Formats: sequence, structure tokens, C-alpha cells
Amino acid sequence: MSNRFLLASTSAGWPPPVLDPGGPYAEPVTLLAWALLIGGAVVLAIVVAALGTALFGSKRLKAKLGGERAIWLGGFLFPAVVLTGLLIWGLSLTSSLSPQPGTDAMRVRIIGEMWWWRVHYLDARGQEALRDANELHIPVGRPVLLELESADVIHSFWIPRLAGKMDMIPGRTNKLLIEADRPGVYKGQCAEYCGGPHALMGFVVVAHSAKDFERWRAARRPADGGGGPGLDLFLASGCAACHTIRGTAANGLAGPDLTHVGSRQTLGAGILPNNPGTMAGWIADSQAIKPGNRMPAYHQFSGRELRALAAYLRGLE
Amino acid sequence: MAREEVMIAAVGTLLLGACHPAEIAPHDAGAAAIARGRDAARRLGCGACHAMPDSAWPKGRVGPALDGFGDRAMIAGQLPNDPVRLAAFVRDAPALVPGTAMPAIPMRDEDARDIAAWLQSLHEQ
Repeated sequence: MSNRFLLASTSAGWPPPVLDPGGPYAEPVTLLAWALLIGGAVVLAIVVAALGTALFGSKRLKAKLGGERAIWLGGFLFPAVVLTGLLIWGLSLTSSLSPQPGTDAMRVRIIGEMWWWRVHYLDARGQEALRDANELHIPVGRPVLLELESADVIHSFWIPRLAGKMDMIPGRTNKLLIEADRPGVYKGQCAEYCGGPHALMGFVVVAHSAKDFERWRAARRPADGGGGPGLDLFLASGCAACHTIRGTAANGLAGPDLTHVGSRQTLGAGILPNNPGTMAGWIADSQAIKPGNRMPAYHQFSGRELRALAAYLRGLE
Repeated sequence: MAREEVMIAAVGTLLLGACHPAEIAPHDAGAAAIARGRDAARRLGCGACHAMPDSAWPKGRVGPALDGFGDRAMIAGQLPNDPVRLAAFVRDAPALVPGTAMPAIPMRDEDARDIAAWLQSLHEQ
């Protein structure tokens, strides 16, 4: 890897380690991956040994290798037993990871968009309770049922430390369970090429202790409307055509909901740290950062206006 | 390597050294501070606005590219480019250049000093 992702790689948890499970829905997948890798290596060694024998072995060994017994054992019985065993293990493991009815899981709908994620927290009845984007907050030690959808093309939702990949397919709802053992930040990435800046379509899961999670949830209130010049600029510059800030007149739906954008870990869908500088940079020229994304560069602001706008958005927690 | 070649190499090194008197860092910025500064600039995402040398992404275009910053006379066309002012500027630009688009960016004192050391170590190739 060149230094293409150096900036991102200095932020904690990126690139997400793929063989370091952080919860019960990722552990079996890691085990299966190791079993396949090691098993595959053993089979490869056997095949290479057989090939070596066939080429360079003594007459006696060659005769044995080509005998009917060896063909039945090595060519039929061995693969039949191993592959059947793997199939049964793989299928039962997959089904043990899929949601069982009656699970006491928190529910969240996540909708893949080119090139970001809508996040809708659902209540017990499946009604939308809170809207956010590009970041998911969960309590530790509790399964979270994700209802994965897509608004445009096929994406794939992947938080390597919390679960396997799951495709997001237009017109379908795929379900995925995740659970984190420990509080922390778990990074993710769209794992199905979805055009343009697909490589810059990241995601963040933040796992809190139960108490911290309740605190986080209670603090997610609509904006109080006291936006000052920053909000005026936001509304006057067309930002509200695409973005919602609950508690204000901004109610656009095309882009990420910004009601809590100031409290997010990242900007641009998991790719930039969130601070006043990156916020200003994203607003002024997101096309330089994430080429092809659907937000145009905004070159019309004066320095002071850009700072006021960035400061206002940073204040939205 | 033959002995003569070693001698020639040694003499050459001395001569070169004489032509370019030991490079004195313009301030007390060791390699460690420069490396820390580069890492801090990446961690804070300075690349969102400024193309940074040795970093292929992101190549922000909102502010000036940072390569050769150590050769520039001025900061933002307004202030002399010295380490103390530069450290103050990277952390709180609007306090020094009121009309700038660059916001004050929360960071530790050490980060500001290290980033200034890194910026002043950048010379035109």
C-alpha cells in the first residue's frame, strides 16, 4: 500500500483489522477463515507432495500413487468427507449468526447511498426514533439488529471487527446482527464496488457502556434554533435543499442529516477527522477530498463566512 | 571496495560538506519534532484544505499546498514566517489574520509547535 491512505491510517482503527474479532458475531467468522486458510494450506501441501512423487518419486511410490486404492481414498473419499464437513459447518455457522425471532436486539435501519449511509434508529415497534448518518452508536454486550437497504446500487456493509459482510441490495432488506464486547470505535467500509468514490465510503460504529449509551441517546435533541449567522448562511446558501437540521427550517433529504453532525467522529463518511478545519475544507471543496461525491464545491463564501458556517455545524451535537 | 575508492569517497564527502556547511535547522527542531509534526498534521486532517507533500490523499485545494513552506517569506501573505508566529497561526489563524478562512483548530501546544517545525522543514525539491 502506498501512502494513499496515510492520512486515514493515522486515525484510530483504520484500516480496520480483519482478523481481530471484537464481538460474538465476528468470532466464528474469524475461526472459519483461519480453518479454511490452514486447511487449504494442508491440502495444497498434500497435492504438491503427490505431484512431486509423480514426477520424481521411485517406481514403487509412483505405482502406489496411481493405484486404484489411492484414487478412491485421495481422489474421492477425502474431498467428499472434507467438503461435506465444511459445508455443514459453514451453513450451520451462518445460520447461527442470522437473527432468530424474538431476539432482544436494538434495531437500526441503515440505508446505503452513493457514497454514504443513512442511519435510522428504530424503537421497539419499528418506528423511526432518531436519524443520523455515517455513524452508529450501540451499547456493548447487546445484539443490534441491522436492517440493511440500499437507495441506489448494491453496497456491502462491513464492520470487520463486529460481523461479516452483508450486501445492501435495492428493493431488499437484509438483516445482520452485530455486537461489541468492549466500548470503543469500530471502523467499517463499503465492501462492494459502488462507483466513483466507493473507496472513500467509510463507516464508524461507536460502542458505549450501557450507561454512556443512554447518556448519548438522551443528548440527541433537535437543534435549538439559535444558529446565528451560521444558520442564516446555511439556509441562504442552499444547504437546506439537501440537508436536514431538525429544529430549524432545513429539511432537505438528499444528503446526510446534519442535526448531530458536530458530535460525529468523522466527516465525509468515515474519511476525515471532524474538527473546524476539516469542516471548513469539506464545505468549500468536498470535490477535492472525495471526487465525484454529490455535494458541489462551495466557492462563494468569504473566509469569515466559511468559518461561521463551519463553527455553526460543529456546534450541532 | 578498493582502498582508493574509499579514500575518494571520503574526500568527496568532506568536500561536499565544505561546499554545504552543515545544514543548520532554522530553529531548534529536531527530526523527532518534524516527524511528530507531520503525523499531527495528518491526524488533524490538514490535507482537507492543503495538499501535503508525501501524502497522496487527500489533496485539498481550499488553501495553499504546503510543499516548500520552509522557503516562504510570509505566512498567509501577512506575517513573517518564523516558528513562533507559525505555531500560533496553525492553531488560531483568525487571531492573527482576521479575514482568513482557516478556522482556529483545537490542538495541544506541542502539536502546534511540532506542526510549525514540520512546515519549516519543507523545502522546494
